[in-house]
Amino acid sequence: MACTCNAHNQEKYQQLDAVIAEYIDQPGSLINVLHKAQGIFGYLPEEVQAYIAEKMDIPLSEIYGVVTFYALFTTEPKGKYNFNVCLGTACYVKGSGKILERVEKELGIKLNETSADGLFSIEACRCVGACGLAPVMTVNGEVYGRLTPDKVPAIIQKYKDLEANN
Amino acid sequence: MKRIESLEELKALQVAERAKMTVRDGLAPTEANLAKHQVLICAGTGCTSNKSAEVKKALEEKIAQEGLQDEVQVVQTGCFGFCSLGPIMVVYPEGTFYNKVSASDVDEIVEKHFKNGELVERLLYTIPGTKEHAKDMSHIPFFQKQKRIALRNCGSIDPEKIEEAIAHYAYQGLGRALTEMDSQAIIQELLDSGIRGRGGAGFPTGLKWKFATGYSADQKYVVCNADEGDPGAFMDRSVLEGDPHSVIEAMAIGGYCIGASQGYVYIRAEYPIAVHRLEIAIKQAREAGLLGKNILGTGFDFDIDIRLGAGAFVCGEETALLTSVEGKRGEPRPRPPFPAEKGLWGKPTFVNNVETLASISYIFLKGAQEFASVGTEKSKGTKVFAMSGKINNIGLVEVPMGTTLREIIYDIGGGIPNGKAFKAAQTGGPSGGCLPASLLDTEIDFDSLVKAGSMMGSGGLIVMDETDCMVDIAKFFVEFTQDESCGKCPPCRIGTKRILEILTKITEGKGEEGDIEKLESLAKNISTSALCALGQTAPNPVLATLKFFRDEYEAHIKDKKCPAGKCKSLFTMVIDPEKCKGCTLCARNCPVGAITGSVKNPHSIDPEKCIKCGVCLDNCKFGAIYKK
Amino acid sequence: MEMVNVIIDGKAVEVEKGSTVLQAAQKAGVHIPTLCYLKDVNAIGACRVCLVEVKGAKALQPSCVYPVSEGLEVHTNTAKVREARKAVVELLLSNHPADCLTCVRSGNCELQSLARQLGIREIRFEGEKNTFPIDDRSLAIVRDPNKCILCRRCIATCQKVQGVSILGTINRGFNSTVGPAFMHPLDDINCALCGQCINACPVGALSEKDDTAKVWDALADENKHCVVQFSPAVRIAISEEFGIPMGAISTGKTVAALRRLGFDKVFDTNWSADLTIMEEGTELLHRIQNGGVLPQITSCSPGWIKYCEHHYPDQLDHLSSAKSPQQMFGAIVKTYYAQKAGVDPATIFSCSVMPCTAKKYECARPEMNSSGYRDVDCVITVREVARMIRQTGINLAELPEEECDSPLGVGTGAGTIFGATGGVMEAALRTVYEVVTGKTLEKVDFEEVRGMEGIKEATVDLDGTPVKVAVVHTLANAKKMMDKVRAGEADYAFIEIMACPGGCVGGGGTPIVNSLTRTILPTDYRAIRGLGLYEDDKNLPLRKSHENPFIKAVYAEFLGEPLSHKSHELLHTTYTPRIKYNLNWNK
Repeated sequence: MACTCNAHNQEKYQQLDAVIAEYIDQPGSLINVLHKAQGIFGYLPEEVQAYIAEKMDIPLSEIYGVVTFYALFTTEPKGKYNFNVCLGTACYVKGSGKILERVEKELGIKLNETSADGLFSIEACRCVGACGLAPVMTVNGEVYGRLTPDKVPAIIQKYKDLEANN
Repeated sequence: MKRIESLEELKALQVAERAKMTVRDGLAPTEANLAKHQVLICAGTGCTSNKSAEVKKALEEKIAQEGLQDEVQVVQTGCFGFCSLGPIMVVYPEGTFYNKVSASDVDEIVEKHFKNGELVERLLYTIPGTKEHAKDMSHIPFFQKQKRIALRNCGSIDPEKIEEAIAHYAYQGLGRALTEMDSQAIIQELLDSGIRGRGGAGFPTGLKWKFATGYSADQKYVVCNADEGDPGAFMDRSVLEGDPHSVIEAMAIGGYCIGASQGYVYIRAEYPIAVHRLEIAIKQAREAGLLGKNILGTGFDFDIDIRLGAGAFVCGEETALLTSVEGKRGEPRPRPPFPAEKGLWGKPTFVNNVETLASISYIFLKGAQEFASVGTEKSKGTKVFAMSGKINNIGLVEVPMGTTLREIIYDIGGGIPNGKAFKAAQTGGPSGGCLPASLLDTEIDFDSLVKAGSMMGSGGLIVMDETDCMVDIAKFFVEFTQDESCGKCPPCRIGTKRILEILTKITEGKGEEGDIEKLESLAKNISTSALCALGQTAPNPVLATLKFFRDEYEAHIKDKKCPAGKCKSLFTMVIDPEKCKGCTLCARNCPVGAITGSVKNPHSIDPEKCIKCGVCLDNCKFGAIYKK
Repeated sequence: MEMVNVIIDGKAVEVEKGSTVLQAAQKAGVHIPTLCYLKDVNAIGACRVCLVEVKGAKALQPSCVYPVSEGLEVHTNTAKVREARKAVVELLLSNHPADCLTCVRSGNCELQSLARQLGIREIRFEGEKNTFPIDDRSLAIVRDPNKCILCRRCIATCQKVQGVSILGTINRGFNSTVGPAFMHPLDDINCALCGQCINACPVGALSEKDDTAKVWDALADENKHCVVQFSPAVRIAISEEFGIPMGAISTGKTVAALRRLGFDKVFDTNWSADLTIMEEGTELLHRIQNGGVLPQITSCSPGWIKYCEHHYPDQLDHLSSAKSPQQMFGAIVKTYYAQKAGVDPATIFSCSVMPCTAKKYECARPEMNSSGYRDVDCVITVREVARMIRQTGINLAELPEEECDSPLGVGTGAGTIFGATGGVMEAALRTVYEVVTGKTLEKVDFEEVRGMEGIKEATVDLDGTPVKVAVVHTLANAKKMMDKVRAGEADYAFIEIMACPGGCVGGGGTPIVNSLTRTILPTDYRAIRGLGLYEDDKNLPLRKSHENPFIKAVYAEFLGEPLSHKSHELLHTTYTPRIKYNLNWNK
């Protein structure tokens, strides 16, 4: 059976080419390019970093150094539904640690892990700026505020249902 | 938008645009805009997280449905500050302040307020301690002690429309600088205003600009630090979301002063709304001729690019920030040479933070004296604080320097919720310190905070109550700095790790005699020898908590007790058989099945199974469960 | 030059504007300890060991980067400074295996000597240590990130000196480490295996793959006929391992030591360097005369070859097909020598002592078996052979001078200067000139190709035909030159390229010169070593390769003539295009 991922990948690399073309003349634009590349591919695997290294004439070691320095870059694919629990100070003093524990327990994975089926992953972040709603968690950007551990199962169920209906 | 060719044109445009907003000033509509009502809805991150966009959409639909488009205009704005009441909606000309508005409230608002001229009472703010509804913002204590300089336009204008900013005098300070002042005069204006950097250390901004002016080079740079990394601080984000032009304007003034034609805004990628608004603002400013070539017909060229952060707290440190703008690992470099001499790409550069820049455009609009008339002797103007944690009124407040901590926390912040006692206020983020109740009357400015053992930092203010363990809080902050250490120098890379290990040991009940001394020795060495401010200040939370809450450390180490009942290894959950009524609620809610007992008989907790999550304690209606 | 006055520990000193406090202190005779600092390579103020108190500054300042200014007052020896330095080193040690007794760098470790110097008797702040996998996959270099102290000297060397940027900083905070992208083994990537990173490393985080056990085993095996060659640079570099002054020549003592280790025959790579000149020089003339690809580029440096294969795979036809002296030697030992000595080549253990880590890789290249066997069985570096010698209790410095064995034991001065940048070129010019013109060179010394300049040029008049040549050392300079070659802008006939700074005398297998010595030495240590080789050349009876009687003999008795069929079989090789990055995307 013919694999469709090649064509799909080719399309992604074309998008990446366009990004690189946009930034190549701007000094120091590697981080912006990496952001966009991660937007295109969902993460920054070795071949994408190598591709950028080659096209932008930046050593791969330097790119890898940048990718591993910044918390927002990832070399592993994230889950389809990425649970991001805020561990900023305001959320922490309002018990976000317990929220994280509950998310981990309910999803059966730990922080910075992705479930075996690729559906869920858990991350922690440093303040999404919704301190008025603390403790807060986001799922693919959607904000859930004023959480208690007991509210967690229903939120997870929502995404499981969404997936079941797809 | 048409290009503005001169300061005169800008001033004329201001008048014309302001005429469209008279309703918002509590006046009658004018020919320029005949709508009777203007409805301002907060579109800052806080309210957006609370679905204010849905409210706005529903309102617009309902207005269209009712055919009220010509009478009621809906305007998105930046943050009003009172985030815990979001989504916030203010209806002009009355100034009616509706809070916690949801999309389902929209029909009622339209029916009652716009069609019948009645207020929707249930959405009004109730003044604490009374049953009285506040009829507008001036009646709400939260707003009464504030003075808004940096946030002057946040919540008043649509940040995505440059015309609204211009109506509020945006770019007139730049016009004044370009047409009336030279570098010397600009620097003098800043020095006269007494403004100090709002990003952390409080360095006099006028001197910063003076130094960068003093070095000659073929290119210089102006950099805006919008990498607001302190958790719980979100004033810079609010400025950029609510009034981005105030920052752009000040950067252009700075460029003109030091001789730079290029500016960069380094902003956290975690702030998508702010990035988006800033992109729009830069684009609109270029179209209006307020960025780019020959600004306001004066021959001055200046442009701005955006650089995104990628999740590294250390990039808030100016040399690390510059390294990151260059597209590298955001590691700090030793100073000297300072950025004023060798900054971005080795060229003279100054770095100012967002709130500072927003204040600078105010200074050039209103004059140095106006700014200097506010504040204390050595700390002029206002400071924005982001209040969060165990406080009733979570949000953003801007107060004159010199306001006491007590005024901020109790008068503006509304005190501590749930009748708990105040324990400490954390200022200065992970580099700052915790101030205890005995220092509540400290008049807050740059110097008094340092004297009290903390620092201003970017203005995060996190309130803690009696249930917060200060050793645990110190551990939380060191965990943060340790995680955010860039790793370049050993004191920070390894030293903070060692501090964290000792703190962890103490909170787990494994603390030993001598640990406190070890902490003090490590802390001292790290602060004298780390490369950058992040490392040098990393031990501050430990030193500050040791200074004011040493007894808590000693209780953990010597008595193996956590007085606040936070550290799980140091307490067990117990049911008082005298008080337990056997309602079984705790047993049903226990996530690990650690509670047993039959109906109407006292229950008990199996300490082997208990994970000390506290669900039982929160659920018990009889106060029968406690930590021992 | 504008001068400024500064006061270091109460002593007034005048230094050039733009100097650092460290340099000023040195001038004032004040020693400030350093760790991440490496003269001309790395000054980043990261390790915090060189902290000093600067009057007026709140925190302590790193002297390696702190610029002097008029009237600056510095104290280097206060209680605060001493405590801070001590704490920094203790913290480093708290995340270090501290297995000094068994560490390859014991006795030559900058961290160890700092700990001793600062009087560290306990580590107050113990805790978790990093554990990263050790990379010992490559044949040349071993990386143990657990010993790494993150000084980044290797990174700066790989990036700035070599321009290859294999190594970088990875992760951040406590998890920071140094390594190649994705922590790939060096074996799998575009690393040239030049070993310059080892020479920069203050501790045992980077070292050569130790092959001494293999050599001991062979020497102990009665059925093995053990033959050793040692390269031109070895006779200079080895001196430092035994307390003989840097740059002094120790040829005879090296021969004596190798013999005492138990080698059956001790030969000289200078001999095959002369052979290389015959083949490579003739190849050059062929290319010039027959419209071959020019410029021809030397192929003696295996690090350079590997670099070229990864980074300029489209330019491989510029490389001389002549093998390096080491590999020519290997091929001849197991054929000509075996025949002549009546030894079964299958029993020969051919060992090579080199200033180079990449040679370990070169000898294992699959095509290097033209003798019918693996041409060179084992390569050990100068550091390894010194270790072997020390193990036996021999003090090389006290040995009598001995001669090499015959017939592969005699080399000319042309062979000896192979060890310094420009040496191969000079040797080639000496021979090519005389072969082409039929005249005797009046002046044997080609001064314009000597010295530490990164790219040197010269034009030689070959009887009315000007021939333009260039000499390049370090891979960063090689990159500059190859970009010109690729662009068709390099109008040279012949280019010498050596991977390492200063040529082989600066090789990744030479004795490690610590940071302090590098700082104190009046000139680059590689220049000092190189001068030693030129001195040796000057004192040798024969200074031109084609005059070497044993070279004449091998052609007469065995090879026929340069570029003969047999020469091609044994002495020439091919190159393999390799990838720079794994761009294995699904396109």
